[in-house]
Formats: sequence, C-alpha cells, structure tokens
Amino acid sequence: MEIFLQQVVSGLATGGIYGSLALALVMIYQATDVVNYAQGEMAMFSTYLAWTMINAGLPYWAAFVATLAIAFVGGLVIERVVIRPVENAPILTIVIVCIGLLVILNSLAGWIYSYIQKPFPSPFPETPIVIGTVVFGAHDLGAIGVTLVVLVFLYGFFRYTMLGLAMRAAAQNPSSSRLCGIRVGWMLAVGWGLAALVGAVAGMMVAPIVFLDPNTSPGGAVLGGLIVGVVENLVGTYVRFIGTELKLTVALTMILVVLVVKPSGLFGRAVVHRV
Amino acid sequence: MALLEVEGLEAQYGWTKVLHGIRFEVEDGGITTILGANGAGKTTTLRAVCGMVRTAGEIRFDGRRLAGRATEDIVRLGIAHVPEGRGTFMQLTVEENLRLGAYARREKGALAGALTRVYDYFPVLGERRRQIAGSLSGGEQQMLAVGRALMLRPRLLLLDEPSLGLAPLVVREIFRIVRAINREERVGVLLVEQNAATALDLADHAYLLETGRVVMSGPSADLRRDDAIRRAYLGY
Repeated sequence: MEIFLQQVVSGLATGGIYGSLALALVMIYQATDVVNYAQGEMAMFSTYLAWTMINAGLPYWAAFVATLAIAFVGGLVIERVVIRPVENAPILTIVIVCIGLLVILNSLAGWIYSYIQKPFPSPFPETPIVIGTVVFGAHDLGAIGVTLVVLVFLYGFFRYTMLGLAMRAAAQNPSSSRLCGIRVGWMLAVGWGLAALVGAVAGMMVAPIVFLDPNTSPGGAVLGGLIVGVVENLVGTYVRFIGTELKLTVALTMILVVLVVKPSGLFGRAVVHRV
Repeated sequence: MALLEVEGLEAQYGWTKVLHGIRFEVEDGGITTILGANGAGKTTTLRAVCGMVRTAGEIRFDGRRLAGRATEDIVRLGIAHVPEGRGTFMQLTVEENLRLGAYARREKGALAGALTRVYDYFPVLGERRRQIAGSLSGGEQQMLAVGRALMLRPRLLLLDEPSLGLAPLVVREIFRIVRAINREERVGVLLVEQNAATALDLADHAYLLETGRVVMSGPSADLRRDDAIRRAYLGY
C-alpha cells in the first residue's frame, strides 16, 4: 500500500508536468489551429537557460522567474517573427515551419551545451517527506504544487482578466473580436508567450527527474515517439544509403505521413467543422 | 457637417467589384437606412466603413478620413458595428460578450455603468447574464449584439439586417429600442435592411441600393410614397 501511494504521487507529479505541457499545446491549438511541434524544444531550451543562470550563481527561484520572463518574450517573438508570415498558409506549411523550429532549437542547444546529459537541480529538499508510513519525494510534492499554482494562475487569467477574455474571444471569433477593437494578431502572440512560459515551468520541473539533454522533449506522444525512434534506427542500420546521416529525414517523413493520413493523430477522431 | 460622409465608395472582393461609387451621409444623431435586395451591396457598404474590405473613395467620420485604418482603430473612434450574423461569441456568457463590447474603452469604471445601461434597455439580458450566449434565442442574440455595440458608447451604430430571421413582434421590440437609444444617447444609426417597411418607419433618411449603385435617395417619407418602391419593396 505504501509503495502504491508513493508511486501514485510520483505519477501525479510527472503526469501534472506532462499535462501542463499538453495544456500549452492546446492553448496554441485552440487559438490558431496550429499544433506547435516545437513546444517540447522550446521548453527544453528554456530549461537550459535556467541551468546557465543557476550555474552562474543565481539563486534557483531568481533563475526560475527570469526564465519565465525570457520564455514569455521568446514565445511572443517566435510568433511574431516565425509564425506570423505563414499565418494564412496551408496547414502543412505551418507544420513544416514548426518542425523546422524544433530542429533549429534542438541543434542550437546541442551546439551550445553539447548533447551530454546534465543534472538539473530541484528547488525542493532532497530529504523525503514522511507522512504516516508513506515516504514521498519532496520534488514530487513540490512539482505537484507548482503545477497547481500554474493552473490556478491560468484559470484566473483567462476567467477574470480583460486580456484573458479578449484572448478567448480572439480564438473563437476573430472578425467579431476586431469589431470590438481587439488586436487579434497580438492576442495570438501573447498566447504563444504564455504557452512558452507554461512549457518552461514544465521543463524546469521535469529536468531534475529525467536530466537535461537536448533530445528530451517531455510529454511527447510516447507510443508515436517509440515507433518513430525504432523504425528510424532500423532503417538507418539496414538500408545502406540512408545510414546515420539521413536518419532524421526518415523520422520526419514518418511524422508527415501520419499527419497527412491521420491528421487528428494516431488515436484521434476526425473533427467536423460546421461551415 | 454630417457625422459620416461617404463619397465615390467602391469596394471589391478579389476581382469582383461590389460597390460602384456610392455616396451617402448619416447626420449626427440621425438614422439613415440603406435598402436593397439580396446582393445589392448593403453588407459590403457597412464592412467598407469599418475597413473590413478593400475600398476606394472617401469615407469621413466626424471629419476624419477612415480609408487605410485598421478595423480595431476605426472602432476606437466610436463606430460600433453589429455585423451580419450578429457576431456572437457563442461559448462565452452573455456578460462576457457585453464586457468585450467595452474592450476598446480605457476609462476606469466605464464598465459597470455601461452594463447597467444595457440591462436597462434589455432586461432579458440581465436575467440571463450568466448563461452561455449560444443558448439564447435568435431575438435575444440580436439584443445581445446591439447591447454589445452599445457598450462602446458609440457615436455611430452600424446595424446589418437586425430583423433577419426574427418574428415580427421581436423585430418591432428591437427597433423600438434602437429608436430609444438613438434619441437618448444621440447615437447616429446606419441601418441596412431588406425589410423596407420597418426600416422606413425608423429612419429619417433612406437610400436605395441596386447592384452596387444608389438608384434613389431622400427623406424616408418620400421614398415610402414612391410608387416604384411601394410595388418592389413594400408589396402593396
């Protein structure tokens, strides 16, 4: 029973982190119908920035807050500079731009920080917390707390502030929003900023558990990831002209094929839009 | 000087020209209606005023030129547009819809007063203010659309076929309230309608639009007496 409870809490901690990353994806998807494939990479990159600041001697929570600010501005700038020019392009174009962003951020992190795993500190004590006879990891409990704070903050923001309301309106009915004086383009950019911020929190919470390396995008679709990874490696090994150089191409091709054939995802349902 | 002066207005969607140089005015505190059949260019005229469609020609609001301004900025000058299809935010509550109407206003404390005013005009919106807007009836949604526009405290109200799809009794109620708003708040109104009889009763000035051209204009009373209008648009 103790072990069971312990594992459930641990699962809630990682699940909450995955959940907030998924939330970041959904925030962007609802507003723009774009799945941001670079979401995990943006989170990873933000976490590296936090790592740099902590290693430079900044206290953890100062680095935490600074990272959130940088992530927010970064997400905003990415929307304005990278996504805006292709806003009205066919969905596949936007997907490719997002995948390009993913590859760039991934390579950039690898180039700056190398691909060697780095330990990332937890702000919570190492000594476990004992309640009754059950032992909980302090980081697990802390991560659950942080996730809850993020959720409450987002809920309050969207529910009770004018900006949050305007963002929901812009996502639902852009032309009517313009008639209310809402600058719809900016709302989308703020949405990207917020999503990047939430992703950064998730990245910093999961990094102490899984370590930090450029190839970790927490919350990736596990099964899809496994299939893509295995096929990529097998093809790379057994099909001679592909080898190691073209391996990534195989993975991206597979992702594209899935998107074209089953755009709603491996287990997704088709969405019917009323015209 | 009229509140809204439009001259030589042309508009097009892609290669298709919809307005061929029309001229009309809305007096400050007056009600002007643009009548016409389906496809005459009525909706496009309103969209042109709000910068939602590519135009050529002159549009002046309170002496200021509107051409080239973004819709969001035109709204801030005090023009509220109740669009075709009402533009309801279906998944938001009634009150959230109304709050959005005041988004462009920056004065502190404007919101509470504006909400009270709208609930005075439309008590049913007050009763339903926590409901999701999508659950309202057609008539209530039209009231919500007018209420949302009113939240801006506009100087000019653009109404796109408020009678569409509504029962005659509901239409009469909405037009009665529009008249009250026009008198009490001194809001200029530009109304486009297919329902010529009701529109002519409300408006003091009328224009008749046919395939993108103004073919007749004058005081509403004159148009109502015109034989051709009576046969084609009033049906008696």
